[in-house]
Amino acid sequence: MAYSEKVIDHYSNPKNVGTLDKASKNVGTGLVGAPECGDVMRLQIEVDEETGIIKDAKFKTFGCGSAIASSSLATEWLKGKTIDEAVAIDNMDIVEELNLPPVKIHCSVLAEDAIKSAINDYRVKNGLPELVEEKAH
Amino acid sequence: MELKFPIYLDNNATTPMDPRVLETMLPYFVEKFGNAASRNHSFGWVAEEAVDYAREQVAKLINADPKEIIFTSGATEANNLAIKGVFEMYASKGNHIITCTTEHKAVLDTCKHVEKMGASVTYLDVQPDGLIDLEQLEKAITPRTILITIMYGNNEIGVVQPIREIAAIAKKHGVLFFTDGTQAVGKIPVDVMADGIDLMSFSGHKMYGPKGVGVLYVRRKNPRVKVTAQMDGGGHERGMRSGTLNVPGIVGLGKACELCRLEMDSEAVRLSAMRDRLEAALTQIDESYVNGNRQHRLPHVANISFKYVEGEGLLMGFNKQIALSSGSACTSASLEPSYVLKSLGLGDDLAHSSLRFGLGRFTTDAEIDYTTKAITETVLKLREMSPLWEMFKEGIDLDKIEWAHH
Ligand SMILES: Cc1ncc(COP(=O)(O)O)c(C=O)c1O
Ligand code: FES
Repeated sequence: MAYSEKVIDHYSNPKNVGTLDKASKNVGTGLVGAPECGDVMRLQIEVDEETGIIKDAKFKTFGCGSAIASSSLATEWLKGKTIDEAVAIDNMDIVEELNLPPVKIHCSVLAEDAIKSAINDYRVKNGLPELVEEKAH
Repeated sequence: MELKFPIYLDNNATTPMDPRVLETMLPYFVEKFGNAASRNHSFGWVAEEAVDYAREQVAKLINADPKEIIFTSGATEANNLAIKGVFEMYASKGNHIITCTTEHKAVLDTCKHVEKMGASVTYLDVQPDGLIDLEQLEKAITPRTILITIMYGNNEIGVVQPIREIAAIAKKHGVLFFTDGTQAVGKIPVDVMADGIDLMSFSGHKMYGPKGVGVLYVRRKNPRVKVTAQMDGGGHERGMRSGTLNVPGIVGLGKACELCRLEMDSEAVRLSAMRDRLEAALTQIDESYVNGNRQHRLPHVANISFKYVEGEGLLMGFNKQIALSSGSACTSASLEPSYVLKSLGLGDDLAHSSLRFGLGRFTTDAEIDYTTKAITETVLKLREMSPLWEMFKEGIDLDKIEWAHH
């Protein structure tokens, strides 16, 4: 299968690879796995206490090129967004931006799940209720 | 020598055709186009002569009699003919077939098919090194057993099964022995007499010959083996496989067999040296593992898992320069990681992290050097990106983690 230019670009020059301090109160960590293909993604956000804006985001991904590209793109999109805006990121936005073929849609689902999971981790740490999953995959 | 890209290291999937084979085939398309079954004119005689000659070349490679060679469209068809043909022909004797879990799909799916027709099939597990357990094999035999079908060399890990021992067990119990020789014939010495093989399949395009042509060897003496035809028609190939013969393909296959017979020994030495060098270099990388038995193995195959990086992601790092195959789920539409690697007992993590190397006649030392370097760099780069590698480095036991599934 040929990859789109954008996937290749993110794969070759991934944005925001790294690790944030998961013990910090301002950091939310999402670690998700896709059991069907054995891929694992970890996405972290750091939220500015004053403004509620995501000021940093990092990822590490064990997976195919599309999964790496999806998480790299997700971290780019997360930076500068409020938590509410971040929650609204849909995996289909990622599919569209990266031109993912149908067999690679689950790679983007993984990224959306990682975002939600990171946000929930942050919310729980800060005494807020977990978001309820309103969308079934 | 200057490198030419992309480098082809997927010779288990298919081999490029040797130019000497093509040259032999060319006259049989336009000029000598006759039907080998046309008995009444010179066009037919020329074609028949060419087929007879090729049949001898093929037979000689495996120490068979030319009459024991049935030409087919490839190994898939030959596997179908062997298994379905024996199942039908020997129905009065029994309905039990023994095979193993690491066989090619062309064997496994054919077994599944005959199960629906009333066969009972035992799928032997393999040991962690990929070899079958001979004791288990013998124990599985019942008075209803008619066929043992175990491949010669495996297409994913290159492991070579104990063929002579299997044949001896089969003979002892009066059971026929069929082996899928697709990856082994032309690469290592295969001798149907010395090995005690009753039926064997192989294919032109895995041995530098053309695609769309293959062979089923069917023993004629001690015992005389018969298979029920799966393709009815003009009664070609001693009634076992009807259909106008693919003369250019057969001529090419004959030439390919001759070249393998003459060059196999030196080629095997050259390829195994290259393979060992590749393996030695790549296992320098931390947490990399060779899959399958390393003694009983085809000379040109290596299968290596690079833990904590995913196979498809890894391939993407150099797939413009190097053509390789991975056991990872994500390279196939099914998302299932390689069933062969899983049969060895590899966890999903290692099965997903594997690359299969198939060296070939035209592989060069310079290509191996380039490949080693590119893979090492990509593995290291992807590990920096891998959450699993980070956890491993922190001493976290990955088997104990509960993943948030979606
Ligand atoms: C072990 C084995 N058997 C059978 C086949 C099928 O051969 P063919 O492509 O000639 O049908 C292959 C090739 O993929 C193989 O590796
Ligand atoms: S994450 Fe499984 S194929 Fe991409």
